[in-house]
Amino acid sequence: MKLLSLQRRMARAVMTPLTRSERMRSVAPDGRSMRTVASQIIKSNDRLTSFERLEIYNRQYWFRVLSAFAEDFPGLRAVLGGRSFDAVAKAYLMDCPSQSFTLRNLGSRLVGWLQKHPAWAGSRQNLAVDMARLEWADIEAFDGKREPPLKPEDLAGVNPVKLRLWLQPYISLLALRYPLDDLLLEVRKDPGELDVASNTFSERHKRKRVTQVARLKPSPIFLVVHRLDEHVYFRRIDGEEFAILSALRAGKTLNAAIESALRRTSIAAKDRAVHVEKWFHTWSALDWFCRQERHSKNEKAALR
Amino acid sequence: MIDGERPLRILDQILEQYNVVQHGVSMYFGSAERAGREHLRRLKELVKRTKTPWLTDHLCWGSVDGRYTHDLLPMPYTFEAAKITAQKVCEVRDFLEVPIAVENVSSYAEFHVSEMTEWEFLNEVVERADCGILLDVNNIYVSSKNHGFDPFTYVNSVPAERVAQIHIAGHSKFNKYILDTHDHPVIDPVWKLYARAIERVGHTATLLEWDDSIASFDEVHDEALKANRFLASASLAAAV
Repeated sequence: MKLLSLQRRMARAVMTPLTRSERMRSVAPDGRSMRTVASQIIKSNDRLTSFERLEIYNRQYWFRVLSAFAEDFPGLRAVLGGRSFDAVAKAYLMDCPSQSFTLRNLGSRLVGWLQKHPAWAGSRQNLAVDMARLEWADIEAFDGKREPPLKPEDLAGVNPVKLRLWLQPYISLLALRYPLDDLLLEVRKDPGELDVASNTFSERHKRKRVTQVARLKPSPIFLVVHRLDEHVYFRRIDGEEFAILSALRAGKTLNAAIESALRRTSIAAKDRAVHVEKWFHTWSALDWFCRQERHSKNEKAALR
Repeated sequence: MIDGERPLRILDQILEQYNVVQHGVSMYFGSAERAGREHLRRLKELVKRTKTPWLTDHLCWGSVDGRYTHDLLPMPYTFEAAKITAQKVCEVRDFLEVPIAVENVSSYAEFHVSEMTEWEFLNEVVERADCGILLDVNNIYVSSKNHGFDPFTYVNSVPAERVAQIHIAGHSKFNKYILDTHDHPVIDPVWKLYARAIERVGHTATLLEWDDSIASFDEVHDEALKANRFLASASLAAAV
């Protein structure tokens, strides 16, 4: 058997979901007996059958990816409850196995997957999608790329009509249907359900959290997930701010972004300039704008 | 390997005080498919940052058709696999422009297609690739118990001049097999194996791996310092 063929067969078996009792399944996804699959590639020894030896890798795989996934999405677990979360995690990882050398990217396709498979989250679908978006944004903000921040001198000589501002790649702009930022911060304060020594304390926290989730009503918020001095922050912003930042991220010029964002605003016309100035002052102070490195020399010249 | 500033800033702080030798878990020299260009590009950036004198990763596979298991899966010990693995070691070394050393892994399965022993396979790969070895004596011990071979035969068969580094670790014993868990002190039989390795290869940089159920700093530090007993005798022997 050629190397590639052997590795494909073993990987298929290793990535096959476990049974409810966390053992290797007796039937492979293609309907073949897993004992046959195992015995065709792996030797038995005096203590373990081929099936049992393959099972060690099968279990290791699932324990590893499930624990990494749970570590990345404690908020989703709080929203769905332990049992549903485990089911979602297994289904997601079956459909979207890791395509990256690092486990950091394990949840990169979760939001899209949840949107495509609403049955898994049931009545909490919107809540689950919002929380997954927030938690993925948090991961991106923690170690996403930082471009050199925009300096006033970078804008010298640029035609204001054609001016475009670029947001740091690590920033996410989220329009959420639920105010989940507070809930996620609360979840993270939890000392941990696995802490056996403080079971009572942990139970009390868990009950409090379940109550919080049950009481959570839809109440749209606009959120920027960003980082400052190496710490991730959730900053709530106004709808107009969100619209301007989203338009800038989409590549609109500064003029067009402000114009389109303020078209339906309730802010009085006389106050708009003050608001806009204040927003840009804050965003600049937080280093949200960066130099756009991707422009060619010709494109840069065209902006002038 | 990532873009963010905090992990890189911490790395830079470490680099200000220490020489760092990079050790990886995701190169998968033994995977049948070629190394990803993006992965190599990122790794090269890191290599430039750390100025690592050499780079180590495992003699194993872990991905196929673009899907990653995030495990160190065992190789079939065939000539075809040795050739493919050695080619990839050379490809990575040429791209990164640093010497490579490959580490033997713990394994729990053996393949019908194998044409040689694990140490013969290791030797075949390192000779073909002309690369170094990171000898993990705990992994040798774990695999010897799981597959029923003499671990000293393994240590005695390794080309001593190619051993660039050594790993030691603790493991977990189950009823029917041993698992490489890095969550215990090193057991005496592994120290004996280490002593034999040092006897053969001389004074060699040694790392204690303890990355789960981590004990207090003092306990882990004391455990690591035990290696000095053997290293000191190697230095003495070299001086005589």
